[in-house]
Amino acid sequence: MSENKKWYSLDLGLNKKKGSSGSCGCGKTEGGCNSHKEELSAEEFYEAAINASIGEERHKDGFEQVFDVKMDRRTAFKKLTASLLIGAGAVSTSCSLTTSGDAKEKAQIDWEEQFKGNYKLMTDDEKKKTVDRLMRSYELRTGKNISMTAENAAEDVLFGYAFNISKCQGYMDCVSACVEENNQDRNSEMQYIRIHEMKDGEGFKFDKADDNYYHEVPQEGHFYMGTQCFHCDDPPCVDVCPVQATWKEEDGLVVIDYDWCIGCRYCMAACPYDGRRFNWSKPEVPENEVNKNQHYLGNRMRKKGVMEKCTFCVQRTRKGKNPACVEACPTGARIFGNLLDPNSSIRWVLENKKVFRLKEDLGTEPKFWYFMD
Amino acid sequence: MGQFKVLKSLVVDSLDTITKGSLKYHLWMGFLTIVILIGMYCYSIQLDEGLSVTGMNDRVSWGLYISNFTFLVGVAAAAVMLVMPTYILKDIDFKQAVLIGEGLAVSALIMCIAFVIADMGGPAVLWHMIPGIGVFNFPKSMLAWDVIVLNVYLFINISIPFYILFRHYQGKEAKHNVYLPGAILSVFWAVAIHLVTAFLYQGLQARPFWNNALLGPRFLASAFAAGPALIILVLAIIKRFTEFKVEEKTIKKIAMIVTVAAQINLIMLISELFKEFYAPTHHSESAYYLFFGLHGKTALLPWIWTAITLNVIATAMLTFNKLRNNLNVLYLCCIMLFVAIWIEKGFGLIVPGFIPGPYGKIVEYLPTGIEVGVTLGIWALGAFIFTILAKTAIGIELGKLQFKSKKDTV
Ligand code: SF4
Ligand code: SF4
Repeated sequence: MSENKKWYSLDLGLNKKKGSSGSCGCGKTEGGCNSHKEELSAEEFYEAAINASIGEERHKDGFEQVFDVKMDRRTAFKKLTASLLIGAGAVSTSCSLTTSGDAKEKAQIDWEEQFKGNYKLMTDDEKKKTVDRLMRSYELRTGKNISMTAENAAEDVLFGYAFNISKCQGYMDCVSACVEENNQDRNSEMQYIRIHEMKDGEGFKFDKADDNYYHEVPQEGHFYMGTQCFHCDDPPCVDVCPVQATWKEEDGLVVIDYDWCIGCRYCMAACPYDGRRFNWSKPEVPENEVNKNQHYLGNRMRKKGVMEKCTFCVQRTRKGKNPACVEACPTGARIFGNLLDPNSSIRWVLENKKVFRLKEDLGTEPKFWYFMD
Repeated sequence: MGQFKVLKSLVVDSLDTITKGSLKYHLWMGFLTIVILIGMYCYSIQLDEGLSVTGMNDRVSWGLYISNFTFLVGVAAAAVMLVMPTYILKDIDFKQAVLIGEGLAVSALIMCIAFVIADMGGPAVLWHMIPGIGVFNFPKSMLAWDVIVLNVYLFINISIPFYILFRHYQGKEAKHNVYLPGAILSVFWAVAIHLVTAFLYQGLQARPFWNNALLGPRFLASAFAAGPALIILVLAIIKRFTEFKVEEKTIKKIAMIVTVAAQINLIMLISELFKEFYAPTHHSESAYYLFFGLHGKTALLPWIWTAITLNVIATAMLTFNKLRNNLNVLYLCCIMLFVAIWIEKGFGLIVPGFIPGPYGKIVEYLPTGIEVGVTLGIWALGAFIFTILAKTAIGIELGKLQFKSKKDTV
């Protein structure tokens, strides 16, 4: 490993040596790990870095940071005024005077949801509480039950994706599977995946490709290539977000807290891969088509004015399943797995195929590789 | 407390002045109010249905709002061009212009904030951005920087003129050593709001059209042309409709600033064009789209060529002393420059950044009626605020507005 690299590079942990006792997160093999000798151990450094960036927020985590569930009146009033002053009175429901139990509970939930903290900073307990509230809220509204989890990233997992250009025939089964799995807005026909139809013999001419075709496939003399969010290891979209509503999880997934996003769309401008989608109007999914197996960071119902994107189906992959697109692909062009597991098929592809990524010059280190048979 | 009494009396007095005026004044304010109401109505539709009522979409995700925001940051910073000589070089000529300039900066900043809020998908959760109660992505996000820098600038530009006017209102001279540090700070701050706003775009490796080292400096140059041009026009109007004396010398000095800035801006434009078209690369496509159209998509051509024509003609005319010293020609040039830079730094800068998209797709953008309505409403709001500020300031400066009971002053 070259220590003097000026740019960011993806560390797959291929060289990571696991110490028998305490592990050192520096991932160095040669030259040993200096972090124990220095005043700051890796963990302390991490701690300090977090403190430097978000300061206090971290200590008064999650809800407390903004609102305790049982808030006292004064703070409540203060926060409410702040919110009202800024924009719309989206909390009007919470002021409802109805005495009926359900309405009251709904109002209470709306209130707490409006003023909850950033998911990224929540403790597991707080995560569970918000998930419970969201499930209860759905039940109160529709009379149906959903199951939503807040499962955290597992240890020693780094998700990666590979796409076989020779196999893809442009059937777009992945696209429909994705839309159904992830409860994407049916009105605007939002799609995370784009399949680009390109002419043989012209190379990767994205600007000449058709990414919105309605004809029989495979078309004679064409090949197909899919794009989606690449879950960059150094994601520019994360850096630019003014409120840390989007971040990279431990297992490499780049996720969004839909309730924390303020809809500024800066991340959309920053993404070099057209990976992000915005809810320009209220997203709608017919009740009977809603996928009820949800994850807070994944396919739960979104609202208007927030960003969303492919999450590598976090609700599935953290349970050990493949993303919906991988499962739906009839040609086997899509390969997904744990990059840190030497026996995974993704590792086999990376080691045995000539892989490449898009726009590598930008230094974003996508965890999405292309290859050909 | 004496000061509070003065303050109360100031508020009462200024309310009095702004509600009284000639028929023309009332017509003007009435007109602005109607436009603001139309804008608010359009915004309520947008709040209700979401940003889908605008022309923006996933491919061109910023449009008219952010364009206007970018341009107005420039106008706001321009006040400083007048602050510097007045306060620091003790150049008397500029003194009256400064109050007007800072009033302009305040209204421009309020418009900036209004445009950003209009552009947000979730204005109800905007408190997530307030340091302390929200989570701020500082120092990583340039937008976080921008929020801080703009608000501090707003604060500076409200407090300096307020202090001066407050003193004058009591019939006292404003103390030099009180406002001078603030004035100097605001000079640096104006450059900062500019650069930070430019960095907002410049720092995106995804958008080659913006990812260009000249963006920041060009921002400054064009702002220092457009801002003072607007100040000249405003001074001309004030001169015409009020008793406030604006000397020709002042206007001519500002014209000099406009001229130099416009010339520098033009040089940078040439440098940019050279780089894009002498050895065009893949990254020049946005520029091609902007200036010549791509694959038959030409929506921006009429805009940008109007801008360039106006820009070149105005700069050329300003360069000749004879023409510049003729006030009517000067006003015409200022209007031309202002419009040209509004197009160039607004539409011409933001929209092509998204076209072609990351994979070369060309989706054109045109604002919808609602978007235009909100935009006009915000401009009217800015004009409204400015008129109020200017009328009060002029009243105080002319001595019409004065604190009555002398014994209360501290
Ligand atoms: S592909 Fe785009 S949205 Fe996805 S992580 Fe990379 S920069 Fe972010
Ligand atoms: S749109 Fe949402 S996720 Fe994206 S930068 Fe803005 S606040 Fe962050």
